[in-house]
Amino acid sequence: MNRYPLWKYILIVIALLFGVLYTIPNFFGESPAVQVSSGKSTLKVDSSLADRVSQVLQQGKLQTDGVAFENTGAQGTVRARFHDTDTQFKAKALLEQNLNTDPTDPTYVVAFNLVPNTPHWLQALHAFPMYLGLDLRGGVHFLMQVDTKAVINKRLQGLQASARSALRDKDIRYSGINRNGDSIDISFRDQDTLNKARDLLAPQLTEMLIQVAPPVAGGDPTLTASLKPEALKQIVDNGVTQNITTLSKRVNELGVAEPIIQRQGADRIVVQLPGVQDVSRAKDIIGRTATLEVRMVDESVTRGTETTAAVPFGSELFKVGKNAPVVLYKEPVLTGDYISSAAVSFDQNQQPAVSIDLNGDGGRKMRDATRGKVGKAMAIVLFEKGKGEVLTVATIQSELGSRFQITGMGSPEAAADLALLLRAGSLAAPMTIIEERTIGPQLGAENIKKGFDSTMYGFAVIAVFMVIYYMLFGFFSVLALSVNLLLLIAVLSTLQATLTLPGIAAIALTLGIAIDANVLVNERIREELRNGNSPQAAISIGFDRAWATILDSNVTTLIAGLALLIFGSGAIRGFAVVHCLGILTSIFSAVFVSRGFANLWYGRKKKLTSLSIGQIWKPNA
Amino acid sequence: MELFRIKKDIPFMRHALIFNAISALTFVLAVFFLFSKGLHLSIEFTGGTVIEVAYSKPANIEGIRKSVESLGYTDNQVTNFGTAQDVMIRLPAKKGENSNEQSAAVLKALQQQDADVQLKRTEFVGPQVGDELAHDGLMALLFVVIGIVIYLAIRFEWKYAVAAIIANLHDVVIILGFFAFFQWEFSLTVLAAILAVLGYSVNESVVVFDRVRETFRDRRFGKLAVADVMNHAITSTISRTIITHGSTEIMVLSMFVFGGPALHYFALALTIGILFGIYSSVFVAAAVAMWLGVKREDMIKPIKEKDETDGAVV
Repeated sequence: MNRYPLWKYILIVIALLFGVLYTIPNFFGESPAVQVSSGKSTLKVDSSLADRVSQVLQQGKLQTDGVAFENTGAQGTVRARFHDTDTQFKAKALLEQNLNTDPTDPTYVVAFNLVPNTPHWLQALHAFPMYLGLDLRGGVHFLMQVDTKAVINKRLQGLQASARSALRDKDIRYSGINRNGDSIDISFRDQDTLNKARDLLAPQLTEMLIQVAPPVAGGDPTLTASLKPEALKQIVDNGVTQNITTLSKRVNELGVAEPIIQRQGADRIVVQLPGVQDVSRAKDIIGRTATLEVRMVDESVTRGTETTAAVPFGSELFKVGKNAPVVLYKEPVLTGDYISSAAVSFDQNQQPAVSIDLNGDGGRKMRDATRGKVGKAMAIVLFEKGKGEVLTVATIQSELGSRFQITGMGSPEAAADLALLLRAGSLAAPMTIIEERTIGPQLGAENIKKGFDSTMYGFAVIAVFMVIYYMLFGFFSVLALSVNLLLLIAVLSTLQATLTLPGIAAIALTLGIAIDANVLVNERIREELRNGNSPQAAISIGFDRAWATILDSNVTTLIAGLALLIFGSGAIRGFAVVHCLGILTSIFSAVFVSRGFANLWYGRKKKLTSLSIGQIWKPNA
Repeated sequence: MELFRIKKDIPFMRHALIFNAISALTFVLAVFFLFSKGLHLSIEFTGGTVIEVAYSKPANIEGIRKSVESLGYTDNQVTNFGTAQDVMIRLPAKKGENSNEQSAAVLKALQQQDADVQLKRTEFVGPQVGDELAHDGLMALLFVVIGIVIYLAIRFEWKYAVAAIIANLHDVVIILGFFAFFQWEFSLTVLAAILAVLGYSVNESVVVFDRVRETFRDRRFGKLAVADVMNHAITSTISRTIITHGSTEIMVLSMFVFGGPALHYFALALTIGILFGIYSSVFVAAAVAMWLGVKREDMIKPIKEKDETDGAVV
């Protein structure tokens, strides 16, 4: 009766194997590395850079433990690992020298980093160490609130301008065009014009719901255009995404090893910069503004001779970026403030293009600037830290208004990249820091040690107690508890969960709670023995009866865990994830695995007369 | 080795009234302190700034307090943190001032007073975050209470569900009472501890109720009076109750001793929760279930019959 079929043992062995395989990456430590990433918006890092890096290192006779290209999110990085920090320092200097031809304007960001030492065969199995939270490794944490009102405002301004120019183009007279909260009111002299306007605007302003306003006595007939709910959501989404993109770009420049820039909720962004201690510098860079300018190309300089020809007064030469070098007039046609949106679209030939919407006076300025300039070239330049970078040079095909397209992108990817850059030039919306935390690296190391110590000592005392009190069954329980710990860490590592101090506390607490199930089983077996059952029957009944109770009690604990997971944020969530997973692994290990041990030991003994479960005291003996 | 050698069922229920009175008294006291003293909420809830600075020699707390006060932060707290050299300064959130300005102003004032000061850690939480966290915390508590009541009502019967939740909410209030009385800092991790311990102690009541059900169904004991059934159930589970809670407490004590300041109050909340958890599931939950009138029929009657007899019998 106390024998497992073979498959159950196999299952236990598989679980153990999984536990061991996915837990060990956490013990390999980290080795020094140098990380190379793009320092330019227009430069994409791909795998070819890895070859270049290894080449440079080879020429410098520096020994590496491997150079790898990794695509993390939007930005690709190349990482070279080294044996010691000495080589790491030399390699950084060498790479900076070789990759960045102009030290004042670096093309690549070369930064120190630590890379986990997980062997390749484990990496191939997707076994990676857990990610350590900021409280364990030190660094800066920001929580930023995106001002969604400002995003919507900007977009509405743009739409208002589009509506105005659309009506002007078709010569439809309106008597007024006004913002009214989150909608735009356009009034007309008569009903007829209103109808015409509605027919014109409805297909153009697809983001808006255009309705005829209820007539007011003595007032003009009015159209009310309000943002559709889905468009509203889209605008906020785009705004947040755009801010995240911009932030990633800027953070990249800080040379932080593994920054986290994530959206939290509808309108918040979490920025975590491990290892960064200089908060004010981080804040400066994150809050920096970049500007975008549209400028005309100075055609007095023949294309192709820019670098050698004299630059005329009032113009300047741009060397960096796409289609560079190019000579542009200093006076901008308009600045990025006027760009309300830039999106990928298709031109009439179904070729990828970028559609740009201008707001406010942008349309008029553009029209004035491009009138009579058909066939001439125009450039868009991104200025950051006072340095310009040409994003695109395009030929003007016709007079442009508040909505125009840039064509000739070649591929949809190129179009998407340009649209992103046009938008990412500046933050879509102002952001405020609503939470900020700095943790020193020393404190982080202390926290790891403290968390580890508390778990270890607690576990040791429980183990000693269990073995003394329940003898061999206590030993089974301790084994099951160890399996539980192993599985929990393995699961957390496979999920690539972020381990925080509350997370470590949850591991300790989970072990303390998990022992409950083992005690339940052991007490039950003792009780069955006390009631005069045979040892084999006692094991069987004990495990079976305890099961229902174990399930019940774990469900209530799980309810509490889920509540924390759903409503918790930050530190609480780290605790809740570990707590919930720990409950699941503990059910498995306490019921299934510990019975496996008991079965393996006692199951085959037919004439079993006693169990090693400590003294069984009978009231009537 | 066997720690608990209980010959007869212990008549817990005979003294139920006394225990309930004690519980009620502790509860009222806890509520009283909660209202009179209030919780010492961490800046995670209230919003504000925490600045940790270090000096190379023992810090002049009085002087630091004066310089901070001179900046207009009358509601500040300046305390030693860990060693005599480390100082923690807490400032409440001020409208129209951001974290940068606050910590910069304080640091400047401290430097004027004593140039040998080093900024170790800052933490700033905006007021709107604090409000949200307090709201989320209450929502989580509500979720746990409702979830557990529903689960127990399905698994057992509503009377048990109500008894268990009353017993365990009483624990929660008492933990909060302790935090109010001693003015220990109530932070997010403490909240997590309280909710975790709530789920954990309910499981204690579940074990007792499980045994009550089993006893009701038992041929020999099932015929006993309700109070005796309760006594039998509690007596037969008490050894387990104490051993499991003891084991969990070992772990918690280990965190308390080795976990450092970050886990200090977390472990403390868990300790109180575990101790009162034993008390409430043994003395409170069963007694409340008894007052609510649980009986043998509730447990063994098939559910179908109940629906048919409801209202149909004249």
